[in-house]
Amino acid sequence: MSTSQTAAFVRKDMLPPQDPPTSQAGLVKWLRENLFASWFNAILTLSSVFVIYLLVTHFYPWFRHSVWNANSLAECRTIIAANWGEGASGACWAMLRERWHQFIFGFYPPELYWRPIAVFLGLLLAVAPVLFTQLPRQMLLFSLAYPLLAIWLLWGGSAWPVIMIAAGFGIGFLALRFLDEVSSILAIVAAIVAPILFWLFAVGPLDDVLSKAIPLAIEPVASDRFGGFLLAITIGAGGIALSLPLGIILALGRQSNMFLIKSCSVMFIEFIRGVPLITLLFVASLLLNYFLPPGTNFDIILRVMILVTMFAAAYIAEVIRGGLAALPRGQYEAADALGLDYWKAQRLIILPQALKISIPGIVSTFIGMFKDTTLVTFVGLFDPLKGIPDFIRADFNWKGIYWEPFVFVGAIFFILNFSMSRYAMYLERKLKRDHR
Amino acid sequence: MKKSVLLGTLAVAAVSAGVAAAGTLDDVKARGELNCGVNTGLVGFAAPDANGNWSGFDVAVCKAVAAAVLGDPSKVKYVPTTGQTRFTALASGEVDMLSRNSTWTFSRDTDLKLDFVGVNYYDGQGFMVRKDLGVTSAKELDGASVCIQTGTTTELNLADFFKANNMTYQPITIDSNAEGEQQYLAGACDAYTTDISGLAATRASYADPENHIILPEVISKEPLGPAVRHGDSQWGDVVRWTLNALIAAEEYGVTSANVDELAKGTENPEINRLLGVEGELGKMTGLDNDWAVRAIKASGNYGEIFAATIGEATPIALARGLNAQWTQGGLLYAPPFR
Repeated sequence: MSTSQTAAFVRKDMLPPQDPPTSQAGLVKWLRENLFASWFNAILTLSSVFVIYLLVTHFYPWFRHSVWNANSLAECRTIIAANWGEGASGACWAMLRERWHQFIFGFYPPELYWRPIAVFLGLLLAVAPVLFTQLPRQMLLFSLAYPLLAIWLLWGGSAWPVIMIAAGFGIGFLALRFLDEVSSILAIVAAIVAPILFWLFAVGPLDDVLSKAIPLAIEPVASDRFGGFLLAITIGAGGIALSLPLGIILALGRQSNMFLIKSCSVMFIEFIRGVPLITLLFVASLLLNYFLPPGTNFDIILRVMILVTMFAAAYIAEVIRGGLAALPRGQYEAADALGLDYWKAQRLIILPQALKISIPGIVSTFIGMFKDTTLVTFVGLFDPLKGIPDFIRADFNWKGIYWEPFVFVGAIFFILNFSMSRYAMYLERKLKRDHR
Repeated sequence: MKKSVLLGTLAVAAVSAGVAAAGTLDDVKARGELNCGVNTGLVGFAAPDANGNWSGFDVAVCKAVAAAVLGDPSKVKYVPTTGQTRFTALASGEVDMLSRNSTWTFSRDTDLKLDFVGVNYYDGQGFMVRKDLGVTSAKELDGASVCIQTGTTTELNLADFFKANNMTYQPITIDSNAEGEQQYLAGACDAYTTDISGLAATRASYADPENHIILPEVISKEPLGPAVRHGDSQWGDVVRWTLNALIAAEEYGVTSANVDELAKGTENPEINRLLGVEGELGKMTGLDNDWAVRAIKASGNYGEIFAATIGEATPIALARGLNAQWTQGGLLYAPPFR
């Protein structure tokens, strides 16, 4: 063996890494793994592709033949026949061009459209600090004042009743603030009773005097002018804003040890959940009239909103009860051990965790409720899905138009509900603390 | 806090409530507005336009009553009512009158405590089929599938008709007119049945009306008319005689164009009484003597209203048929103004 003998060949540099085999990389790999993993999988993939192909070829021409400029369905048909041959079918979006404002605003006077638009922008501004904690907290003051501002802008009329309602809250708040030092129970009772007394006895005369002294009024708009998405969003947003606090109170009531509170909450929740929403809407629109004194003008939208709120609150209460039940017993005991009283324990320890668990359920309930607002069509209100299209079809020019309103209204509902659901996912991610 | 907004609003609503009940006529006058229950949308009969202004055959009756009572045909609040809510809305006082293509039937008049004050349109139920079905008479529809709106008198009439003729049918129930048209076009049913006026409007709206025919049989009587609450005869009289005034005006040749001229006095004492030149007819109903003049000026006499909303010059193109004056072979017959 000689050490001087040199190797015939020694590689001095590294082999360049080779591409993986085509079956193990890129598109092919992805396809093999995800779409054609087994023969059964392959059959499913191919049949799905076929179904998609059928759907697209079926619907695409209808969209491609869309007509935007026409004054009636008959004109649409003539245009489609002229452009695409006899027998071609196509969408007649010209109806939307002429009537889109009714889908959005109903019969709201066109010269006052700025009011609902302002209210809608205000809504975004008011919910922003609630939804995103990064924003300055002072914005919450606007959120507090917003509901009354929205009511005044939407319905118009004198500003004084709305200011009176706000003043009632102010009185309640002051009572709470100053009597709290004397006794907390007394403070809570006073905070509830004082505003009610104020509204019942002081508002009428004060309103008369102030309205005469400083007439602060904008043109009133009656409830029957509301329709379309203005109506759906008014009822939906009102219902959402009111049903969450009511639902939390009901859920806590149902968990309570106090017999009366517990049984009232249980009865309320079970009754409302046991009755279809349409029944409640009929109660709102018809039955209440029999009970109220004749000539009472109790706004139909308000009536519907109250019933929708009660309906959603019962469901929210059950969702939150689920969240409360999911909390480990130790959390309650820890709160007690820290010496917190009931409200502090709920506010600082129990509810933040329970609500976080309940977010998906709460948001589904809201989405469901928002879609349920279309049921108001059965009490003669013009909801965007059926009420508005039906009366547009009552105009002979558009009689026979059927799918276009559904597609349009469906698209808007999808955008609104999808954003709600995306926000819920964002919130879940943000609140995730990874402790389980 | 938001819950209290609700309470506050409720409280405000409660404060503004509480007016004692009086006769409907006094209520309407005090309110300065007529609450008229109408259809949520029916071609030719009641439909709001792009600006939300209502028009149509039934709407014209509301306008005439408002003109007669309040002196202004625009002082009407149209309350859209569905098939389910219409009678309750009237009974509960939400509307003062119903002018909503509702059929006058025995049980509605007695059991439901309505008063139908007259008939403004004599309708009847019919069938529409595709021409290529080769059917020329409703008697040949044995075994056919029929699209039918639920909860209406048409549903009951259909069952009666097929039973009386010893035939079978398969009902395809639908919820609304629009859905029915769609189902029928899609071929889900062989025949579509509803009131003939509705069938005519539907057929006229199709892309190919020539391929559909309305069968000659009329299988039911559908006298459609305005209704008021049972037990308020004075208000019932006002609505009844406003409708009669429109019908009589056509009979006597009083139109919206010449009513001012004729109201100065004519040779015909009946016209004079109708228009308040002679006698005190208006006072007897609790109105003034010009009530009929205003009612006729609102949208014209019966014939003018018919021609403008559903008549042969409109796309719906309904012939007068049963709705012609009794002098023309129809059923319209206003009692004498005396």
